[in-house]
Amino acid sequence: MISFTINGKAQMVDVEGDTPLLWVIRDMLNMKGTKFGCGKAACGACTIHVDGEAVRSCSYAVKYAEGKEITTIEGLGTADNPHPVQQAWIDEVVPQCGYCQPGFMMATAALLNKNPNPTDEDIDKNIINVCRCGTYYRMRKAIKKAAALNANSITNS
Amino acid sequence: MGISRRKFVVRTLLGGTGVMLGAAYLGRNSIRRSIYDMMENPDMLSYMGDTSNPLMWFEITNDNKVVLHSPKVEMGQGSFTSMVQMAAEELEMDISQISIVHAETATGNIDGMSTGGSTTTAGFWQPLRELAATMREMLKVEGAKKLGAEASSVVASKGTISAGGKTLTYGEIVDGVTDWEIPETPALKDPKDFKFIGQPVARVDLIDKVVGTPMFGMDATMPDMLYGAVVRPDRIGAKYKSSDISKAQGMPGVIKIVQEPDFVGVVATSIVEAENAKKAIIVDWQIDRSWQTKDIEDAIQVGKGDKMIIQKVGDADGKLEDGGEGIITAEYRSPIGAHAQLEPNGALAHVESDKATIIMSTQVIQLTRSEVAKRLGLDEEKVNLVPTYLGGGFGRRLHTPNAVQAAVLSKAVGKPVKCFFNRKEEFQKDTFRPPTHHQLKAKLDANGNIEALEHSFASGDVMFNAAMVPAIAGTILGADIGATRGARIQYGNIPHHRAVSWHSELPFATSWWRSLGLLANTFAIESFMDELAVSAGKDPIQFRLDHIQDDEAGRRLKAVIESARDKAGYQDTANGKSAMGFACSTDAGTPCAHVAEVTVSGKEIKVNKVTCTIDPGYAVNPDQVKAQSEGCIIMGLSASMYERMYVEDGQLRPTIYGPYKMALMRDAPKEIDVEIINGTGKPGAVGEPPLGPIGAAIANAVFRITGQRLREMPLTLA
Repeated sequence: MISFTINGKAQMVDVEGDTPLLWVIRDMLNMKGTKFGCGKAACGACTIHVDGEAVRSCSYAVKYAEGKEITTIEGLGTADNPHPVQQAWIDEVVPQCGYCQPGFMMATAALLNKNPNPTDEDIDKNIINVCRCGTYYRMRKAIKKAAALNANSITNS
Repeated sequence: MGISRRKFVVRTLLGGTGVMLGAAYLGRNSIRRSIYDMMENPDMLSYMGDTSNPLMWFEITNDNKVVLHSPKVEMGQGSFTSMVQMAAEELEMDISQISIVHAETATGNIDGMSTGGSTTTAGFWQPLRELAATMREMLKVEGAKKLGAEASSVVASKGTISAGGKTLTYGEIVDGVTDWEIPETPALKDPKDFKFIGQPVARVDLIDKVVGTPMFGMDATMPDMLYGAVVRPDRIGAKYKSSDISKAQGMPGVIKIVQEPDFVGVVATSIVEAENAKKAIIVDWQIDRSWQTKDIEDAIQVGKGDKMIIQKVGDADGKLEDGGEGIITAEYRSPIGAHAQLEPNGALAHVESDKATIIMSTQVIQLTRSEVAKRLGLDEEKVNLVPTYLGGGFGRRLHTPNAVQAAVLSKAVGKPVKCFFNRKEEFQKDTFRPPTHHQLKAKLDANGNIEALEHSFASGDVMFNAAMVPAIAGTILGADIGATRGARIQYGNIPHHRAVSWHSELPFATSWWRSLGLLANTFAIESFMDELAVSAGKDPIQFRLDHIQDDEAGRRLKAVIESARDKAGYQDTANGKSAMGFACSTDAGTPCAHVAEVTVSGKEIKVNKVTCTIDPGYAVNPDQVKAQSEGCIIMGLSASMYERMYVEDGQLRPTIYGPYKMALMRDAPKEIDVEIINGTGKPGAVGEPPLGPIGAAIANAVFRITGQRLREMPLTLA
């Protein structure tokens, strides 16, 4: 048995420890927002947070999640109460096919946690997921907007 | 308004009897060339399905919502949004009152064609608005009955019908109605009264896609679902002979190993177990030869294979005879390109004794249903294909036979089975963009104008091997009309010009890749136009304008060129290590012009900004026209600057992102400025045309900075 917290909820899973966390999330816990893209940590479609760090879950064995806090796109925000990153994505109308977008939003949220006001260089260096529809241009605008929304929400609270 | 029962005309394309019966007649070259012209018209490639029964399209629920059942799929191109805009307009409802879903084939609303070719919004412009208007009139008739009023006196607004101070919602009106009267198609709204059409309405799938809830093919589940994996060869041309399954049997989680005449697969209780067991199956493949990149390049050469003259004006051949004086020539190449869409191909299949359900992302709903039915020996009506959102289309899902394998596995175990490609298989079994080779020849007259221009190009299959196009099309047309996209000279003022297609088959599948031949053909022609402008000592934009004919297509092309030029403030000279590059193309009736602002440092090429003007005829949703233009620019930049599959010892490589280098965030232009011209008032193609000019625009800028003319994609500085 491996136990961890996922989106604030305690969870125990009975699974081979080497199983990629992605498949535990998708197929055992039936949360489909985290996507499979390549299985080799090369595209970032499966990006989630483990203890606040962006992790490519297709290449992260579930045993390493023991005792940790996991956040997926389902735990980032909701339609009624979106995370600032999601709000920025909505404002800039970023998604096209949408498949890679949860991974990008998770990567962005993790970046903003560490670096609330990233420069273009910071964005280039840290947001290295793959989007085939080519939404990078709008994503960059959304990342900057999310940083601004974050700053506002911190000021307001 | 008169009431009668009527049928709309079903719009069809290839395979229609007109083309079939006319085969001999159409074999004549001049007629063939007029067919190529026709095929570039998006109306010709749009839709084959119902346009007569609004009840098959619009489901009106008691809570006064309309569910629009779309026979076309949403793959990012935004057509769900434009469809809702068009429907809302004529239904007299708000956008928020309409939701849109993919139509299962069981609903009967099936498109016999495909979703592709930048045709959905353009193709539905007339029929979908007519269907919605008809539905509205039907609601008026029934509403009037329930209100005790004359149908002619009721008013439809925001999902309600009112008369004499009384109001019923559409939801209330449909309650209990079983026999609808279908009126004559009412007149459509005057564009000046549009409330939603022409507006930058937010994507209808936006919120779902931001919170992670939309279902893609790979997200589908069913109770008791198992996971399948099929062993696939990593060698080109490998044919399945037999397999040794002894090691795989009994591995953890394995339910069954399924040996078929043409493949072997495994069904297990998880993806990981299925993939592990798959690796333990030893397959004996028949492999006839080991291919290398050089073999492929040798095969794709102008002068090799089947020749077809696809455009002929004047006597370009005579004017450009080998050895003639003052003839300028250049050769261009483009490599094998992968789709590299993020969601792999696959399907969830549930086969029961006399029926089957397939849930998947595909661009060819009817073809896939038909292939599954055939393999299972079922009537097509017994197979319900349930389409989902596509995690990228780009032409990759214009043949999706994985559904057949998933169905075979499901049948073998009597339970639902989900079976997908892994990423290596996705890269190796892709239906690639074919490599191309181009020879350009031209002659300038004494004034530095082009007297004669010829574009000869060689390509592998684009349309010829496509499952959805009848084989006879190739025989009739001679040239592969996918490969010829963008291959013809668009400068009608050149007195002598022609385009010649050479076609060779390759040992692996090549097919549709977003914009088909447009990217490579435009790269070659528009780079060469730049070479000619430089030779003539002229401004490259004015040089182009001088060669464009004065008809509607010419005027629209000129308008986008001038717009992009002015918006970007085009300068023909480098500023240190930076310069602008220009290129333009017309694809499927949509002209588009790009100015790329490029910086070179060392051997690195960086695109800082792209200014684009596109004339799609009419933008139903200007924001999504911009989004498609931005996406095309970035995808085209990626293909032009970084991407290349190669063949080594019989294998297509690379097999993973990273080694298959693509544009990432850092490579995408920080500014993309898209201007839209509504040149005709009728929507045309959007999702592919802006891909055309980007490669040449970048290369033309690089030439101004470095003096190096890059004639091969991916663009690489010496």
